Amino acid sequence: MTATVDIRNLVKRFGAVAAVKDVSFTLPPGETVALVGHNGAGKTTLMKLMLGLIHPSEGTVQVLGENPAAGDFAARRHLGYLPESISFNTGLTGRETIAFYARLKRQPIALALALIERVGLGHAVDRRVGTYSKGMRQRLGLAQALLGRPRVLLLDEPTTGLDPALRQSFYDIVEELRADGATILLSSHALTELEERAGRVIIMNRGVKVADGTLDELRRIAQLPTRIRLRVAEQLPDALENWLAPIANWRRINGHGVEIDAAPADKIAILRHATGPEAPVDDLEVVPPTLDELYAHFLRSQEQA
Amino acid sequence: MRNVLIVALKEIQEALRNRWVLATTLLLAALALSLTFLGSTPTGHVGVRALDVVIVSLSSLTIFLLPLIALLISHDAIVGEMERGTMLLLLSYPIARWQVLLGKFAGHLMVLAFATLLGYGAAAGALVATGATIDAESWAAFAAMIGSSILLGAVFIAVGYLVSALVGSRGAAAGAAIGIWLLFVLIYDMALLGFLVVDQGRVLSGGLLNTLLLLNPADIYRLFNLTGFANVSAFSGMAGVAQSAQLGPSLLLAALIAWALVPLGLAAVAFSRREL
Repeated sequence: MTATVDIRNLVKRFGAVAAVKDVSFTLPPGETVALVGHNGAGKTTLMKLMLGLIHPSEGTVQVLGENPAAGDFAARRHLGYLPESISFNTGLTGRETIAFYARLKRQPIALALALIERVGLGHAVDRRVGTYSKGMRQRLGLAQALLGRPRVLLLDEPTTGLDPALRQSFYDIVEELRADGATILLSSHALTELEERAGRVIIMNRGVKVADGTLDELRRIAQLPTRIRLRVAEQLPDALENWLAPIANWRRINGHGVEIDAAPADKIAILRHATGPEAPVDDLEVVPPTLDELYAHFLRSQEQA
Repeated sequence: MRNVLIVALKEIQEALRNRWVLATTLLLAALALSLTFLGSTPTGHVGVRALDVVIVSLSSLTIFLLPLIALLISHDAIVGEMERGTMLLLLSYPIARWQVLLGKFAGHLMVLAFATLLGYGAAAGALVATGATIDAESWAAFAAMIGSSILLGAVFIAVGYLVSALVGSRGAAAGAAIGIWLLFVLIYDMALLGFLVVDQGRVLSGGLLNTLLLLNPADIYRLFNLTGFANVSAFSGMAGVAQSAQLGPSLLLAALIAWALVPLGLAAVAFSRREL
């Protein structure tokens, strides 16, 4: 499959500040990719470059086989974008607003109104956008991004302002598009929310791409320890320490708890030891490194480099 | 072309919704009607030339009011949408920036044209209703006045866009728009007049004066309407000027059109260079 988005050695400078520094990646169709980074990491700048709203200082961007800044708009018809803080003209109604965007994308108004129903705004379609809540505006924003079954969907912090139920239905819609073969790029400043949802994660920090891969790959690269929590039986402290002796990193928590930081290579050996016949273990819990820890690890490793 | 139309329709829709159209039309109609009835008093109800008097007073009103209304509508068009964040989304659609600009221009011009036509048309309608007889030449002058008023509006809409495309914030755009209005409508003429009085024709020749008048769209409009038609110039006290004028109506009209197109083109260039 050919990549829908192809970014090579991209640099974008605003005056003396480089917002994006030598970033390269490709995005294939049918994949949800998370773009993660702090505020100011260059996520929005990358999206604007993909949309052709700003010109790269160096390097190239190709979206659906075209240079988005070249002024040819064939590709943009198959592109959906949800800006970070979406705003609409407050005087028009939801219906008028979505109809305007549908006309620009040459989409039938009926389909646009179906999208409005889809995002749960059907009841408010004839109200002015000025009366909408933040969540409703965000849903209207999502509806316009979905116009024309986009092949590439760029969503900049899409779930801010959505309550958990809406968030779920939002990700359902996104998943459906992905299954349909769309490339979806989601930006976020928290990784946790994206677990299970993004097949691949690109971590940005201060304009530099610091990590790129599936969550499992990133976990493998990071070599973060898995936390193993044991609840041990009532026992003499010495006997317990003898039993734990072969394990390097452990600490006691509370009266009956032991927490072990297990490096990926040692994990199985430790688990075997802990579940052996003479092990004084009542209960056992395995906690893989959280996404936030993973994220923090990559940010740290880049800042040290 | 279709994109231009889509944007223009949306602008008209917005102007209808936020009552710009209503407010402008009512303002122009109210002023036009009061000028029609009050303004004909000093002429002692001569009747026949009633419309010519109205043209003189209305065109003087237009010089002040239409540029102000046009700048009010237009100064916010680009920088305002950028600050509110709506421009970012719009430009991610398959539409070129010049199409956005041209669409807005068409929409705003339609709003202004509608208000002018209806507002000033009300004045003529009122005259007809009171039984005044109006000859064909007066009607032609009146039509030319409305047409050139809309054109004057187009000039200041374009100038407003240029400001909007160049400045960094809405506040700066509003300030610049007021400054431009003051300059073209008040200061320029006062300075010119002052210089003419002091100069006594030594430096400032007729040719140079003509050039200076062409450099201000408000003056072009005034010359076009007050000297273009014999009846009107008689009432406006500019008959003498009209006879010695070297600037014909077609030249004045061309200058006014250039005053609309050049700022619009510059605004398009400035807008296309701007980074979001």
